Amino acid sequence: MKTALLRSAALAALMMAGGASAQAESLTLYCSADEAWCQQIKTGFEEKTGITVDMTRKSSGETYAQVRAEASNPKGDVWWGGTGDPHLQAAEENLTEEYVSPMRGELHDWAIKQAEAAGNKTIGVYSGALGFGYNKDLLAKNGLPEPKCWADLTKPEFKGQIQIANPNSSGTAYTTLATMVQLMGEDKGFDYMKALHKNVNQYTKSGSAPIKAAGLGETTVGIVFMHDAVAQTAAGFPIVTVAPCEGTGYEIGSMSLIKGARNAEAAKKFYDWALTAEMQGKAKDVKSFQLPSNKAATVSELTPDLSTIKLIDYDFKKYGSSEERKRLLGKWDTEVSSLPQ
Amino acid sequence: MRSREQSGGLHPTVILWMAVGMLGFAVLPWYGVEDGFFGLSWLFEGYPLEFAPALVLSLKGEKLWLAPLGLLMAAPLLLWGRQKSDPLFGKLLVAIGAAGFAWMLFQGFAIGLRGWQFGWLQGLFGELGDRQFGMGYGALLVGLAFLFLFSVGLAARGAVGGDVFVVSTIAFVVAAVGLFIFMPILQMLANALVTEDGSYSVTTFLGKLFSARLWSLDCLAGGSRCGVAWNSLFLAVLVGVLTTVLGLVFALMVTRTGFRYGKLLRALTVLPIITPPFVIGLAIILLFGLSGAVTQTFSELFGIQPTRWIYGLPGLLIAQLLAFTPIAFLVLIGVVEGVSPSMEEAAQTLRANRWQTFWTVSLPLMRPGLANAFLLGFIESMADFGNPLVLGGNFDVLSTEIFFAIVGAQNDEAQAAILALVLLAFTLLAFYAQRFWLGKKSYTTMSGKGDAGMHPQLPTGLKRAVYGVAGFWVAFTIFIYATIFYGSFVKLWGVDHSLTFAHYVKAFAVGWNEFGIHWKGSAWSSFWTTLQIALISSPLTAAIGLLTAYLLVRQNFAGKNAFEFGTMLSFAIPGTVIGVSYVIAFNVPPIELTGTGIILVLSFIFRNMPVGVRAGVASMSQIDKSLDESSLTLGANSWQTFHRVVLPLLRPAIVAALVYSFVRAMTAISAIIFLVSARYDMSTSYIVGRVENNEYGIAIAYSAVLIGVMLAVVGLMQLVVGRRNIGRRGHELSQSRTNVSQPAFSGGS
Repeated sequence: MKTALLRSAALAALMMAGGASAQAESLTLYCSADEAWCQQIKTGFEEKTGITVDMTRKSSGETYAQVRAEASNPKGDVWWGGTGDPHLQAAEENLTEEYVSPMRGELHDWAIKQAEAAGNKTIGVYSGALGFGYNKDLLAKNGLPEPKCWADLTKPEFKGQIQIANPNSSGTAYTTLATMVQLMGEDKGFDYMKALHKNVNQYTKSGSAPIKAAGLGETTVGIVFMHDAVAQTAAGFPIVTVAPCEGTGYEIGSMSLIKGARNAEAAKKFYDWALTAEMQGKAKDVKSFQLPSNKAATVSELTPDLSTIKLIDYDFKKYGSSEERKRLLGKWDTEVSSLPQ
Repeated sequence: MRSREQSGGLHPTVILWMAVGMLGFAVLPWYGVEDGFFGLSWLFEGYPLEFAPALVLSLKGEKLWLAPLGLLMAAPLLLWGRQKSDPLFGKLLVAIGAAGFAWMLFQGFAIGLRGWQFGWLQGLFGELGDRQFGMGYGALLVGLAFLFLFSVGLAARGAVGGDVFVVSTIAFVVAAVGLFIFMPILQMLANALVTEDGSYSVTTFLGKLFSARLWSLDCLAGGSRCGVAWNSLFLAVLVGVLTTVLGLVFALMVTRTGFRYGKLLRALTVLPIITPPFVIGLAIILLFGLSGAVTQTFSELFGIQPTRWIYGLPGLLIAQLLAFTPIAFLVLIGVVEGVSPSMEEAAQTLRANRWQTFWTVSLPLMRPGLANAFLLGFIESMADFGNPLVLGGNFDVLSTEIFFAIVGAQNDEAQAAILALVLLAFTLLAFYAQRFWLGKKSYTTMSGKGDAGMHPQLPTGLKRAVYGVAGFWVAFTIFIYATIFYGSFVKLWGVDHSLTFAHYVKAFAVGWNEFGIHWKGSAWSSFWTTLQIALISSPLTAAIGLLTAYLLVRQNFAGKNAFEFGTMLSFAIPGTVIGVSYVIAFNVPPIELTGTGIILVLSFIFRNMPVGVRAGVASMSQIDKSLDESSLTLGANSWQTFHRVVLPLLRPAIVAALVYSFVRAMTAISAIIFLVSARYDMSTSYIVGRVENNEYGIAIAYSAVLIGVMLAVVGLMQLVVGRRNIGRRGHELSQSRTNVSQPAFSGGS
């Protein structure tokens, strides 16, 4: 007992040196994009405003879980990035704050539509289309034809060559499921998922895992967001990105102010800054290939050009609601995943 | 903490705890301070009116619900001049302690950030119009003081032979475990009954609990896959058995074959324990995956079509065997060494040959070790998170399902809680099966009597088998680690194999500027945080673990079984569940810790404490009680006995607990992924980020650095704590080995 207390006291004394420091204006940022991008945003905002940013990087699902757990005593101020659904859910559960930024005029329509779907509790900051990527070395080795359309992926020669995430655990895969339902109609969409199921070698847990596996040569095709596939190519892996010929769905990376934030003013400053063309144009420097929501922001030539891709009119409100999600996932569980492969 | 009778005044222990309590009530700020537990800025910012102690608040007429605590803290003065043997002495102290502690908890939970927390209080007293934040230093000291006054009272009434030290320790451990294990877990499990619309329903709960997704047995009937629960159970049993066998093989090789390179083997077996998560899995993919180096070589040599066989059960089994065999080895080495040679010599004197001695004497005496090794392997496998994530393929297990139930697209906390319940049930079952198997036999072989024998050698056939198995394992481990090491130097694994230092530079670059050293690399911040948290939590973990072990083995008190169960519980709970439950429980007053470093330290202490407990229990149950008794007969009290006699004999257990908790703090991932914050980021969550981002090079390079650091610290810990010497064994046969450790689960008493 005594030793335990003495030891902790000694350690406490040791720790004290690091603790005391004056508090300037600060901001706690929950960032759900990749590390390099989040770092760039943190230092960018600090340089611009002198406000100290405490940044935590977590996937959008993890952040959503955290924001929800912290609801009665929020620790974060603003949540930037990550696919739109958890942001919409957070809005639905009243975890985020309503705000209309003066920057709205400069944004693409889809970014504003996202805000309107959530009663102005979130807004689009970037978007990316769903598609797939393949490892060209493996494709050649296995003598497979180049896939160009969703339909190509259900051909028998692709048996055991395709990876996609499990829609129960990944927003990306859920977007795929919802895309098929909207693209082909519910029955045909599920028929497609069943046919695809025969060719899938693994349902991964995380959304971008399939394309990483393709990069390492562990699978030939990975169904992911196109910007994730492009990032693989940029990193040096032999990945070719495909925009499916039938048309495809997309995600809207979003941003929300957390309700009851301790630094609400700084959070709003950040919010407005994050919608500027200057800030969004820098994403390409850290190899992020999503399309910015500010019309004037510059993009990399590698960024998939959404205007040349056939996009469906994705209904975020309907397919982002918990009810529809539960129904589709339940149906997928019983009708698709239980089938023999 | 003396039990000497006083002639007048107040009992010294009572004075001590009253002083501590008064310090907390009247001097230190009652509520938590914003800039962290160790920040001192409150001293200069208007103390004592701002950041006020409870006394000042009461005098100002604010937060009057705190005032009774001060009165209670002064109440022991009523005992002035009374003897400890006076019946009133014990009764009054028990009453004061219990009332004070209960009132503290009650006011803490009843009044929160928004006034009354419970509807019925609001109904009773109307709107409160005030609120309170999380408790701080003052509350901490007052709480401790009430707890220990209560213990002194209990001891005076004759509990556990009237031993103040033992009673206080029990009370402290019970309170800590209750607060930091039971409370969060119960809050979390209460979620299992919550339905989507926020109401409670038993039918929904039962429906989910017995769903086909968990329990289907399709795979036996030729279907596609089995339920997640069966998958986990099957894998865990397999891993438990195989790690125990392998661990025993190594332990026998080191102690009973005259093997000369024991030190080398130990270093090698330590490697997997100190390897950050994901790295082994990643290396296995890079070697045995569809495009892995080994797979490609084989397919070219023999013209076999490469397959994805590694994903699923085979890969998981390989990765977990690599990772967890060392734990079994460390458990067993202590036990195998601890078996007294006298017993074996007696058997041989009675004409048993080496085989008979081994099967009928040595092996049965190792049963506590075997059972504990199995249990540890079983639980580790159940709770493992990193490997299934990377290598699981379509073989789903409970731990990852729990994680994705919370963070995945479904966000179903109730489902996560139910899965956690199943996992918990399995581990508890294994725990009781182990106790049942050990029964009530005695495995004591280390006594105060002469013990000068030498361990016999293994029979020759067994010796050859042992060498074969161990050799293969060692070669495989070296191969894997060489791959990891090599991987940290290549530009882009699988694509560009030219050598580079770029990954190390990016993560760990150091530069100079006008302020001195400038830590430029991107990994430094998380690196220093991790090191700091690990160094703080590991001695605390070891201390509380060994104290608990001492209580379990050496003391008898009512409710001991429940006590043991409570201290072991956290080990059986997967980190993910602990992480989420901590966020839920400690985000709001009375205990507000999220976003601090303390919550990380606490989660490590209470998650790793069971290993300290088990290591201590295993070692202590081999030390004959007569040693304690002789110390007590010679006039020492229980604290002196613990300090002077038991503790030195426990050095291997201390090292084990220290090393294990340090290493765990450096490599844990599942719990802390929910608890890290901007200011306190940990290496593992940084590494996961790199892996997610495809920067395998940096992830592996960082891991390689962490491995090096951990080796150094672990070596240092062994040097500082030292080793025990028993008989001649420490000096002759085993010049080449040191007692690393012996964490072990035994049957308890």
